[in-house]
Amino acid sequence: MQDLAYLFHGFAVVVTPFNFGLMLLGIVLGVIIGVLPGLGAANGIAILLPLTFTMPPTSAIIMLSCIYWGALFGGAIASILFNIPGEPWSVATTFEGYPLAQQGRAGEALTTSFTSSFVGALFAVLMITFLAPIIARFALQFGPPEYFSVYLLTFCSFVGMGKGSPAKILASMMIGFALSTVGIDIVTGQLRMTFGLTSLMKGFDFLIAVIGLFGIGEILLSMEEGLSFKGAAARIDPKIVWETWKKLPRYWLTFLRSIVIGCWMGITPGGATPASFMSYGAAKKFSKDGDKFGTGVVEGLVAPETAAHAAGTSALLPMITLGIPGSPTAAVLLGGLLIWGLQPGPLLFQEKPDFVWGLIASMYLGNVVGLIVVLSLVPAFAAILRIPFAIIAPVIVVICSIGAYTVNNSIYDVWYMLIFGVIGYVFKKLNYPMAPLVLALVLGNAAESAFRQSMLASQGSLGILFSNGLVGGITTLSLIMLFWPLISKGLRSVIPSRASKAPAEQPVD
Amino acid sequence: MDEAGGNGNDSRSVVSTRTMEAAVAALLFLFGATFLYQSYKLGFGWATEGPQSGFFPFYVALIICVSSLVVFVNALRGKAGRSDEAFVERGQLKKVLQVLIPAAIYVLGVQLIGIYVASAVYIALFMRFLGHYSWVKSVLIAVIIIVAFFFMFEVWFQVPLYKGVWDLTGWTGY
Repeated sequence: MQDLAYLFHGFAVVVTPFNFGLMLLGIVLGVIIGVLPGLGAANGIAILLPLTFTMPPTSAIIMLSCIYWGALFGGAIASILFNIPGEPWSVATTFEGYPLAQQGRAGEALTTSFTSSFVGALFAVLMITFLAPIIARFALQFGPPEYFSVYLLTFCSFVGMGKGSPAKILASMMIGFALSTVGIDIVTGQLRMTFGLTSLMKGFDFLIAVIGLFGIGEILLSMEEGLSFKGAAARIDPKIVWETWKKLPRYWLTFLRSIVIGCWMGITPGGATPASFMSYGAAKKFSKDGDKFGTGVVEGLVAPETAAHAAGTSALLPMITLGIPGSPTAAVLLGGLLIWGLQPGPLLFQEKPDFVWGLIASMYLGNVVGLIVVLSLVPAFAAILRIPFAIIAPVIVVICSIGAYTVNNSIYDVWYMLIFGVIGYVFKKLNYPMAPLVLALVLGNAAESAFRQSMLASQGSLGILFSNGLVGGITTLSLIMLFWPLISKGLRSVIPSRASKAPAEQPVD
Repeated sequence: MDEAGGNGNDSRSVVSTRTMEAAVAALLFLFGATFLYQSYKLGFGWATEGPQSGFFPFYVALIICVSSLVVFVNALRGKAGRSDEAFVERGQLKKVLQVLIPAAIYVLGVQLIGIYVASAVYIALFMRFLGHYSWVKSVLIAVIIIVAFFFMFEVWFQVPLYKGVWDLTGWTGY
């Protein structure tokens, strides 16, 4: 019950006028970021991160996490009204949302998706509230081998649960690890992989990679289409909201299933995008209206939105308890923590309860406020999409460059950002996933030193990864995940099953 | 943005997905091989203080090489269909380069005349030549946006941005 007392204390931290103002600002910025193609939660937060260096960490994390909630809400607006997913996790939202908007039911579709997002997030936060302290207490006993096995599980999960070619997932992940080794070897202090270039001595900052891969890469992709937005008009009045809310409880089973899928995919680094597709697929399979999906079925809108928000929120659970982010956005927030001088992980709960519980409290309040903001301001946000792309595109390039420069006040970083942008464009078109690259770049040093410390302790024997039940269990699970593509192929040849009917256009995240 | 739809020349494929897959895989292999060589030089074995500096990068690079080989082979053996489709069509590539090349010139501009002036010029020219706005409108909007940025960064958040080798905004006192 001590935790609940902390939580109430956290609420007290959040409702101070300064923090509450930042929360509103964060949500509005987040929705704008979510609505605009080319600016996503991950690179949006990466760009705004330097602005928070002078703030107290608690205020900073409240603002940045609220940008995240705002972006999760905002993605749905562009999907439903314009059939343009503002974020990868809202691709599944377009399947039912856009047909509904075309039938003149845009208000109902928006209300449904915002409410579903809210419900998904709320349950994920509840789960975080109760699970986080337990996991943190448990993780206090972790040594290097335990940490390495958890890192191993994180990365093997990408292979086991990712969509697309396992070779590409592995390649992308290892590029991230390789880039993380550039610079000074943190164990021996030796310079490595710099090819004699002084500009490489401090290594690659993952924030630059995030801004380039997700920001510039996305702009290049959008340019290809030569986007001209044509959207449905949106107006939400209280009557529509009320009518929609009366209908929603009948989908409780869909809600529940999507929450479970979302939380699971969020904690393991599956991410919001696969969660939304998985949940949409499950809803289609179990619904009695399954064959009508695609023509504007409300149930098919509830499922992906609930799961995406649940996953996006629960991605923060491993981030604050273990220091392992569950998504690129969580990775950026983790980078922020390090810059503010906080070491994420189990000790954070004991040393900085203000910070942790302030963050958790802001998740509750941020989602409530976010729901109210998006329901009342939809027309204003939709108007942003009517600004011509010829203005938006150069402004986004400028914002990305400013963001890349401010990370380390280095002009070289702006060039690296541009290079990462081209890589992002090519990788996206060839279906190389980018989340593993970013997470590997973030966790590379930590994973390497955990591995080397374990190896030192065991005098070079890999047996230490099986030395006790916990480590052995996690390592075994990791290996199963790693070889899952082969295992499932083997199983399918033994037990013939129906081919999965996952939508073919699912993006890799 | 000029709508190039219907122009047969613009929908011609520049490079097929298959070729691009193979080329990227080959580049990744080179990247992996370079890292492999570097970690070999660093020493990837076992020293008195534990695994040497090159130990971890060595295996990472090894996996890059192996997985890029797999992608390469898959690309060459790939079934007809998606892999024969265009990776990028002429018209698309033109549009992408229309953004990419000015962006590279812009970054060079940032280095020389600083973020503010370079950004204003970039936005104005982009609007004028790709958006076909009038000169007056383009310059006006670009200046408004940049002045807003200036106040946001230099005045409110007190984050100084790069002023360039030739500082053109020195007169503002920031």
